Amino acid sequence: MFANLSYKTQRRIIIIAFSLIPVVLLFTFAYLPVFNMFKYSFTNWNGYSKSFDYVGFENYQTIFTNPKYFSVFKVSLYYFGATFVQMGLALYFATILSFNVRFKNFFKGVLFFPYLLNGVAIGFIFLVFFRPDGTLDTLLQVIGLGHLSQGWLLNPNIINISLAGASLWRYMGFNFIIFLGAISSIGKDIYEAADIDGANRWHQFRHIILPSIKRILQLNLILAISGAISAFDIPYIMTGGSNGSNTFVIQTVDVAFKYSKLGLASAMAVVLLIIVILVTLLQRVLIKGDD
Amino acid sequence: MRKSKLVLGLMALMLVLGMLAGCSGNGGDGGAGSGANGDGGSADGGGAVKGEITVITQRTDIVDTVFKQYAAEFNKEYPDVKVNFQALSDYEGQITVRMSSDDYGDVLLLPTSIPLEDTPQFFEPLGDLEEMSKQYIGLEERAVDGKAYGIPIAVNFSGVLYNKKVFAEAGVTTAPRTPDEFMAALKAIKEKGDAIPLYTNYADGWPLTQWEAVLTTVAGDVDYVNVTQPNTDDNFVPGQPHYELYKVMYDAGAQGLIEKDPTTTNWEASKSDLANGKIGAMVLGSWAIGQVQELAANPDDIAYMPFPTNAKEVIMPLADDYTLGISKHSKNKEAARAWVDWFITKSGYPTVEGGGMSPVVGAPLPETLKQFEGTDIKFELQTPAQPGQEGWVDKIDKDAEIGLWQPDFKKRIVEAAIGNRKESYDDIMKELNDAWVKSRAKVTK
Repeated sequence: MFANLSYKTQRRIIIIAFSLIPVVLLFTFAYLPVFNMFKYSFTNWNGYSKSFDYVGFENYQTIFTNPKYFSVFKVSLYYFGATFVQMGLALYFATILSFNVRFKNFFKGVLFFPYLLNGVAIGFIFLVFFRPDGTLDTLLQVIGLGHLSQGWLLNPNIINISLAGASLWRYMGFNFIIFLGAISSIGKDIYEAADIDGANRWHQFRHIILPSIKRILQLNLILAISGAISAFDIPYIMTGGSNGSNTFVIQTVDVAFKYSKLGLASAMAVVLLIIVILVTLLQRVLIKGDD
Repeated sequence: MRKSKLVLGLMALMLVLGMLAGCSGNGGDGGAGSGANGDGGSADGGGAVKGEITVITQRTDIVDTVFKQYAAEFNKEYPDVKVNFQALSDYEGQITVRMSSDDYGDVLLLPTSIPLEDTPQFFEPLGDLEEMSKQYIGLEERAVDGKAYGIPIAVNFSGVLYNKKVFAEAGVTTAPRTPDEFMAALKAIKEKGDAIPLYTNYADGWPLTQWEAVLTTVAGDVDYVNVTQPNTDDNFVPGQPHYELYKVMYDAGAQGLIEKDPTTTNWEASKSDLANGKIGAMVLGSWAIGQVQELAANPDDIAYMPFPTNAKEVIMPLADDYTLGISKHSKNKEAARAWVDWFITKSGYPTVEGGGMSPVVGAPLPETLKQFEGTDIKFELQTPAQPGQEGWVDKIDKDAEIGLWQPDFKKRIVEAAIGNRKESYDDIMKELNDAWVKSRAKVTK
């Protein structure tokens, strides 16, 4: 029956049949909720009632007229700053480990491992780490820098740096692996040619590696910046957004589930989505300039 | 050969798809047992009640131990009812999400975040309020149009849990009665230097919400919470209960009478620290008394007192713990009802595990309350809201994003007290009051 069909038709049937499940899953768990979120953002739904009213743009008006909702983006700047440190470190390690180093695979594992850990576990690990007389303070004492001890989560000027640091530790492995993959795809002969020409490691990095992974670098940067804008898990678990560590996403969750304003929270989520899209577009435009 | 492989692969795929479709097809009803029994046997003949029920609880700690024993006891009376348990760790958060579907068990605790008037959308009425009030107290909190929807699993009282020994060693032998005396006692403990006078549990957050429960004591008036509050524009101004209540928190923080680093507190550890005399006092509901006493070398050291107040009479407010009700979508309402009544009246949960009073009229007072017999401290239920004003406090609170029962503004107060914020206590209170006034106008118009 199937064998009588032409090759083209067979191919089409198989492609459709095999991609049906992922597409259905994608639609059900990604597009449908987002579509509903847009719908809810124009209502005053409280999250569980059977009924709700459409209120037009009232929720958006609330967000843009009340500075309370936007002032928390200040906190994202810390994560934004950490992003560049994160990329730098990831690139550094990826470059080092792409050359011949002893225990190469062991180090790769160590660097990637944090990304595999559960975010909640990491939150708790760092709570112990930052506690007064906790791991970090003990470490500082051992190396004779005990006087540098701070209230890592107590001092409102330091708390976001501590949290961004924990975030950096968690997500760096992901950037690192992507860089490593990109760097591995560069052919060996190019390095050999460079060696013959007398290029040192820095030259190789500057003139071979960087240009080859430019696309990946851009992608990572976009991911990291979107991540900075929507920082959530680490601060939510560690401080619940208290003591000046509140981020926009934590605030959205609070509005939805503490104050039962699911409509307003959906509008906040839509605003965040638009901001992320804008940032991404902006980056594409800015980076395109030197293509 | 190749082609047949393809055919096989395709057939396998179709099979999988078919199975998926089949799953979603009959996923509608939760595969519950034998369905309702049509003969409507009366609930007192235990043998007539049949079916399978799912009970959802917040007690993750005892769901596999104590609750299993309850089920065994219950089955002696109702042999044909199968009881399954599900425990949720973040009860409030998880159950409200589940309630947007039809599948949220048969017997469950009514989430406090569901507005009163929405209760009938989700829950089965248990009976006439008037009729049932002869048997149970504390039904008003979940009553709509003269019908009761939930019975409290325990009636808690609220105040300060403290370590008598720590207070005595600092020279405080009688429980402080006014905020000034309380502050003096905390200072004395601080000077003694062995214990943290007042522990806030700031990091976990939710223990801070326990402060809101003692508002009645500060007001010295059982009407304040539900009757006066929704009708006042001065909820957070100096001299009013809220201001006075949280002033204690602020002052303790500002004078260094709380933990050194509030951001890294730990609830589980705090219980044993209070039991071992490393902490002087914590503001907690009566449900915590038993938990801390269990950990103490000498349980008599752990005592309870009313929150300090300047009011003429000292009232310890009695308030419902969660209330227990039946899902509107339950397929075995009779069996569910049998469990609710049995759980409240015969399981012993309210006093033993719930750490409060039994809501059953005429039940004996728990041990923890006996110490107050013969003193001038009164135990009274808060007056329910006036007709037509039910749920106003909650509505205003949510609309204003104040969060009376959320940790957020308490955390701000602690932060301001230890100098982490530029705002003063009065600034915070003013902001809360402005939000209150604005939303009250909106809600009550």
